Amino acid sequence: MGVEGIGARVVRKEDRRFITGQGRYVDDVKMVGMSYAHFIRSPHAHAKVKGINSAEAMKMPGVIAVLTGQQIVDDKVGNLICGWAITSKDGSPMKMGAWPAMAPETVRFVGQAVAVVIAETKNQAKDAAEAVVVDYEELPAAADIKTAIKPGAPQLHPEAPGNIVYDWHLGDEAAVKDAFSKAANVVTLELTNNRLVPNAMEPRAAVAHYDQAEEHYTLYTTSQNPHVARLVLSAFYNIAPEHKLRVIAPDVGGGFGSKIYIYPEEMVALWASKKVGRPVKWTGDRSEAFLTDAHGRDHVSKAEMAFDKDNKILGLRVKTHANFGAYMSLFSSAVPTYLYATLLSGQYVIPAIYAEVIGVYTNTTPVDAYRGAGRPEASYLIERMMETAARQLKVDPAELRKKNFITAFPYQTPVIMAYDIGDFHASIDAAMKAIDYAGFPARKAKAKADGKLRGIGVSCYIEACGIAPSKAVGSLGAGVGLWESAEIRVNPVGTIEVLTGSHSHGQGHETTFCQIIAERLGVPISQVSIVHGDTDKVQFGMGTYGSRSLAVGGTAIVKAMEKVEAKAKKIAAHALEASESDIVIENGEFKVTGTDKSIALPMVALAAYTAHNLPDGMEPGLKETAFYDPTNFTFPAGAYICELEVDPGTGKTSFVNFVAADDFGRLINPMIVEGQVHGGLAQGIGQALLEGAVYDNTGQLVTASFMDYTMPRADDLPSFQLSHTTTLCPGNPLGVKGCGEAGAIGASAAVINAITDAIGNNKLEMPATPDRVWHAIHG
Amino acid sequence: MSTVKLTVNGKAVSVDVEDRTLLVHLLRENLNLTGTHVGCDTSQCGACVVHVDGRAVKSCTMLAGQAAGSNVTTIEGLAKGDELHPMQAAFRDNHGLQCGYCTPGMIMSAVDIVHRHGGKLDEETVRHELEGNICRCTGYHNIVKAVLDAAGRMKVAQAAE
Amino acid sequence: MYETNYHRASSIDDAVAQFAKGTDSKFLSGGQTLLPVMKQRLAAPSDVIDVAKIKDMIGIDVSGDTVTIKAATTHYDVAQSDAVQKAIPALANLASMIGDPAVRHRGTIGGSLANNDPAADYPAAVLALGAVVKTNKRSIAAEDFFKGLFSTALEDGEIITQVSFPVPAKAGYAKFPNPASRFALTGVFVAKTKSGDVRVVATGASQSGVMRVAPIEQALKANWAASALDAVTIPASGLLADIHGSADYRANLVKVMGQRAVTAAG
Repeated sequence: MGVEGIGARVVRKEDRRFITGQGRYVDDVKMVGMSYAHFIRSPHAHAKVKGINSAEAMKMPGVIAVLTGQQIVDDKVGNLICGWAITSKDGSPMKMGAWPAMAPETVRFVGQAVAVVIAETKNQAKDAAEAVVVDYEELPAAADIKTAIKPGAPQLHPEAPGNIVYDWHLGDEAAVKDAFSKAANVVTLELTNNRLVPNAMEPRAAVAHYDQAEEHYTLYTTSQNPHVARLVLSAFYNIAPEHKLRVIAPDVGGGFGSKIYIYPEEMVALWASKKVGRPVKWTGDRSEAFLTDAHGRDHVSKAEMAFDKDNKILGLRVKTHANFGAYMSLFSSAVPTYLYATLLSGQYVIPAIYAEVIGVYTNTTPVDAYRGAGRPEASYLIERMMETAARQLKVDPAELRKKNFITAFPYQTPVIMAYDIGDFHASIDAAMKAIDYAGFPARKAKAKADGKLRGIGVSCYIEACGIAPSKAVGSLGAGVGLWESAEIRVNPVGTIEVLTGSHSHGQGHETTFCQIIAERLGVPISQVSIVHGDTDKVQFGMGTYGSRSLAVGGTAIVKAMEKVEAKAKKIAAHALEASESDIVIENGEFKVTGTDKSIALPMVALAAYTAHNLPDGMEPGLKETAFYDPTNFTFPAGAYICELEVDPGTGKTSFVNFVAADDFGRLINPMIVEGQVHGGLAQGIGQALLEGAVYDNTGQLVTASFMDYTMPRADDLPSFQLSHTTTLCPGNPLGVKGCGEAGAIGASAAVINAITDAIGNNKLEMPATPDRVWHAIHG
Repeated sequence: MSTVKLTVNGKAVSVDVEDRTLLVHLLRENLNLTGTHVGCDTSQCGACVVHVDGRAVKSCTMLAGQAAGSNVTTIEGLAKGDELHPMQAAFRDNHGLQCGYCTPGMIMSAVDIVHRHGGKLDEETVRHELEGNICRCTGYHNIVKAVLDAAGRMKVAQAAE
Repeated sequence: MYETNYHRASSIDDAVAQFAKGTDSKFLSGGQTLLPVMKQRLAAPSDVIDVAKIKDMIGIDVSGDTVTIKAATTHYDVAQSDAVQKAIPALANLASMIGDPAVRHRGTIGGSLANNDPAADYPAAVLALGAVVKTNKRSIAAEDFFKGLFSTALEDGEIITQVSFPVPAKAGYAKFPNPASRFALTGVFVAKTKSGDVRVVATGASQSGVMRVAPIEQALKANWAASALDAVTIPASGLLADIHGSADYRANLVKVMGQRAVTAAG
C-alpha cells in the first residue's frame, strides 16, 4: 500500500471546496435571463381539479406565465414511469396508475402539483401563485394501507381495482407448510416498518435552459444518476432526444435514494424553459421536500418462524403489505420485492421460505428506495424475529443466531440470492468482544440499582449490494441494465482523468477512485482527476445507489486501467527496446524487469500522443473505456450490538455503547468507509428512535417540517465503536462489497431489541419515542 | 425597497433589496456568496449559520435590514487567503463532512462554540451545542471529533499570537 | 414572505410612533418566532418595527431582591449573565435551554413573552416567579399577562420594555424537549418565594398555555422535596396531545419534570 494507494486513510480531495464555501450546488447556478418557477400544489389528498383560473395572477408584477397540467398533457409530455415490471402471483402485470407531471384532472396526494407560475423573481412567483384559483372537488381519501384495502375504500386509480398494485410472492409455499408441520416451536411477530422522509440536506432543485438556435436543452439537477435522468426524460417523457439534452448533476447535497428519480419538477422546468423562452430555476424548499421527495419504507408485516427441538430454524413465512403512496415511482416496485424478500434468509440457514408482498396505493406521497431500500425492512424483520424467538425459547439471542448461521459458501438461499462469501461468526464475535457482551448482566444489575432500565440488542444483517448483474435483473423485470462505465484518459503530460458513470453526492469518489489509480500506477493522486455528473463529458453510466459505486463503478475503472496499462506497456517496451512481458509498473515508471532501464509515465503518454515512434500499427493516444457488468451481487454483512438505558420516568432512551463489526471486503479508504457507516447508523437509529412520517386520516402529512419530523441531531446519537472483519469479495478484482447502506440496514433492529430487552416488553413499534416507550413500560 | 449597508468578510457593501429579503438571500443572490446554504424553512437546520458581529446566527431568520451596520462573516471569509481556519482544517482532517451541504453552517457554528467555551469543551458539550445544526450524512461522529480537534488547534494558535 | 416595510426604531417612543403609522404593524425584536411565521406566509405585517437595537431596551440589572431584564436582551446574554446566575440561577439555566445557540444569540425575552407560544420556556419562569411585565404604558402582573395560546394582555401598539423578577428563596426548571422542535414538550418551573409561598408552572403541557399546577404546589408547600410528589397525580384532561406526547404522557411529564426541577432547585 502506498501512502495514497488502496487502504490508505487519505483526506478527501473534494473537501477544500466544501469547507471554504466554494462547492457548486444546483441552486448556486445562475444564468442570464433566468426566471423562477413556483408550483401550485394540491392542499387535498384526493380531489378532482375542476378548473384553474390564472387571470388575476397573470396581471401581477413579474409574472411570465402560469402553466397547467392540461397544457403539459396537450404538449404530449409523457407520464412518469416505473422502471421495474413486477408480475403478480396470478401472472398479471402490476397495475400502473397514470401519473402526469402536473395533474390535469385528479390529485392523489397533498403536494401534487397542478400548475406552475414562472416569474422574474422567486418572490413574485410565490406572490402570484396565491392569486391562482384552483377549483377542487374533494374526494374521500385512503391515507393508509388498512383503509386502502378495505372493501368499499376510496379508489385511487381505475387501473388498479381495490388499490392493489400487485400481489406477488417468492419461495416455496408447500415446503414452508411442511416445515411448520414439523416444528417444535413457532414464533410469530407482527410489525410495522415506519415510513421515513429521506431529507438530504440540500433540497431538490433544477435549472433548465433551452437554446433555441441549437434546439438543445441543458438541465442542472440534483441527481444521483444524470444519465438515467437524460434517458428517461428523452425516451419516455418526450422532452428532447438524448443528443439534444445535457444533464448536469454538479455538487449534490446528499441523496440517500431520493435523488435517483426523475421528478415532475425537472420535467416541468425543461418543458417550461422552451415555452417561456427563458432559463427556468426551481429550488424546492424543505416543506416541498417533505411533500414531494419519494418517501421510504412503510411496510406492515406478519411473520412466523418454525424451529425444531434443537432450536434450528425450519422455515419462515412472511406476509407484507407495502405502501407505495399515490403513484408508482421510478424504482419503487422492486423495493419490497426483489430488494426485500430476496434477503429474508438473513445470515441463517432457513431451509424453506415463503413471502407474499401486496403493494398498495394510498393517497400519500409516492414511496421508493431510501438508503437500504427493502434490505432494512428484511433485516429488521429477521433480526427482531431472532430476538423474539430467543426470548420465547429462553436461549441467549447471540447463541441462537450462531447456532443457525450459514457457515459454508457459496450458499444458495431459497429466495434467489446466492451468497458468495462471508464469515458471520467473525463479525458477531468481534462485536460481542467490543461491547463486553459477557459483562452485560452485571452492568444491567448496576443500572437497575441506579433506577435505570438497561438493555442490550443484537442485529446481524446481510445485504445484497453491487447492484447488479444486468442479465439477472433483466430476467426479474428491470427496465435497464445495471452495469457501470469508466473512461481513463492519460493526457499527453501524464496527468490522468477518470470519467465515471458513478455520481458522488458525499461518498468521496474523487478521493477513493484516485486511490485505485495511485495504487496501480504509483502516481500521486494530485495528478488524477475524477470527472462525473455531466452527460456531455462522461460516457453513459448508471449512477450511484445500492452501494454500487465501488463494486461496479470501481471495477469498471480497474477494467479500463487494465487496457490503458496494456497499451502503455507496449509503448514502453517499444521505446526501451525490451519485451512487453518484461515491463513492470512501479512508482509511476515503466521498468524493464531485472535492469535499470525505465521510462516514466509522462514520457509514455507523450510518446502515445506525438506518435512519432509507436509500434507498427498502433493507434495514437492513451485513452480507454470499459463497461463492466457484475457477475453477482456483493454481500456485505456484519453484526451490530447496542447497549442503552431507558429512563423509566420519561421513557427516554440514552445510548451507553454502540458497536459495529462489518465485513465490506477490501477497504480502499478506511476513513471514508467509517464515515459511511457512521451516517448509515445515524439513519438506522433515526428510524428506530426518532423518525416517522405520520399522516392523519384525511391524508394530511402531520410531520411536514423539522418542527415535527424528528431528524437525528448530534445529541441524539453516541460516538460509534467500529471494527472490520474481512472476507474478500470473489466477484470483483478489488475484492470490495460496498459500505454505503449497511448502517441503515442493521442498526434499527439492534436499537429496538435493546429497548425491548431493557423494558421487558416486546410490544414496541418504531420510532420508539419517549411517549411510546413510557407507555410500553407503564401501560 | 431599501438600501442596506453592511460589512461582509471585511468589505463594505451597499445593496438595494426588498425589505422582506432575508440576510441569507442578500448573501447568496446579491453578493454571490453561495457558500451559505438554505436547508429548511423553519429555522432548524443551521445550514445558513453566519457570524453577525461575532455571534453565530441563522441568516435565514434575520432580515437583511436587521444586519444593516453589522459586521458579517461567512464561510468564504473564514480562511486567511490560502491558509485554512483551524476549524476548516479539522473538518477535512477528521472527515467531518460528506456531501458538504451542511458544512459551512456547521463550521461557522463550531467556530462560535469554541469561541464561547474556549478549551473547556468535551464531547457532551459539543453534541449539545450542535443542537441547531442538522447533518444527514456523517452521523455527527466525525464532526464532534473535528470540533474537539479544532478547539485544541485554536488554543495553540491563540497562544502563539 | 410577503413584502413588508422594515423600520429600525431609535427609541421606545420612536418605535411606538412608527408602529402607529403602519396599517398592520408588528414589533420585531430577535425575530426568532416572527420571521419563521412570516416566512410561512402565516403573518403579513405591513410594517415591522425593529426594537432590538434600542439602547434602553437592552441590559440586566440586579438590585436588592429584584432582577430586571430589559425586553430586547437576548437569551444568550441572560444565560451568560453572572448577576442572573447568582441571583436566580434557574432563570439563567432556563435561558440557556431555549432553542439552540444561534437562536439564543438573537431571540429576546420580550419577544418570547409577547408571542406567548404554549411551548415557550420564559412564560413558565415569569408566572412561577411572579414577575412583573413592564410596558410603555403600564406594569402587568404575571398572572394577568398570559391569556391562553399566543395571546397576552398586550394591547395593539403596546411594547414590553422590561421584566422584573423577584429573587426567590429557591427555584428550579426542568424541561423535556419535544424531540423534533426542541421546544418544551413539557417544562416545569418550581419556585419558593422568600415569604414561603410555592408556585409551580408548567409550559408545553396545557391546551390553554402556560399553567399553574395546584397539586404540585400543595405537595411542595407541605414538603419541599422531590419525593413529596410521589403520590401526586396530574389529571390528563385539558392537556395537549400530539404525535410526540399524548395527554397522559404529558401529565406524567408534569410530575416527573416537577420532581427534577425541585431536585435542581435544591
